[in-house]
Amino acid sequence: MWIYEKKLQYPVRVDTTNPALAQMIIEQFGGADGELSAGIRYLTQRWAMPTNQAKALLTDIGTEELAHWEIIGTIVWKLVKDAPIEQIKGTPFEAHYVNHGKSPYPHDASGVPWTAAFINSKGDPIADLHEDMAAEEKARATYEWLINICDDPGVKDALRFLRQREIVHFQRFGEALRIVQEELDRRKYY
Amino acid sequence: MDREQKMLLKEIMDYSFALVETALYLDTHPYDEEALKLHNGFSQKYSQLVSLYQAKYGPLKNNQMSGCPWAYINGPWPWEIDFDL
Repeated sequence: MWIYEKKLQYPVRVDTTNPALAQMIIEQFGGADGELSAGIRYLTQRWAMPTNQAKALLTDIGTEELAHWEIIGTIVWKLVKDAPIEQIKGTPFEAHYVNHGKSPYPHDASGVPWTAAFINSKGDPIADLHEDMAAEEKARATYEWLINICDDPGVKDALRFLRQREIVHFQRFGEALRIVQEELDRRKYY
Repeated sequence: MDREQKMLLKEIMDYSFALVETALYLDTHPYDEEALKLHNGFSQKYSQLVSLYQAKYGPLKNNQMSGCPWAYINGPWPWEIDFDL
């Protein structure tokens, strides 16, 4: 089960209201390689994992991804909450606004809604852990593109933190893959 | 949220994050005694700070005790906090 802790994993500072930037950041809220995909992917893959290390890791990283999803939602919210209509009209956020107001919604930067088709759970731990490692690298790349287009120091700081977490997760998934491979080899030969 | 509450919350956030990091590492290195020592130290400090916060400002989790009225609902909620001190 889960229990909510009333705090963010990382303090989110936003320096300037910027609806156009919010629309780009929302890529990581509901995009293919975003935090929602990551969380649902890892938590869904746990049942078919053969080792306790992999079960624990998918549980803990999957849970951390939900905390990252909350960070992204907070960045988006803080970027738009004080925006007057004049500052929304004519920006890429306008299309979001006419459907969702200022509330975040899980779609990508171009408005494609989140779908379970973004993730997989193959019931094959080798395939799943490779997908997870690729997912972390794709998320890292997305954060790098976002950092490149972001000129808000507070938002940039949070994006750098999140980028760093992708690297740590990639490392841990690689270790889990090696452990799972050893376990599967052991079962085969003894 | 006054400065004192914010500083205590940020300290809890620091330890909480450190615990996530040591936990992930331990998930794939369960026999690493050095990492376990680090994790257990963070955990002890985290529990102390959470108890202190709960007594002063109310629950961070809905399974903690509260005075009347139920203080869990009090704002600001995490996404509303201005983290500039």
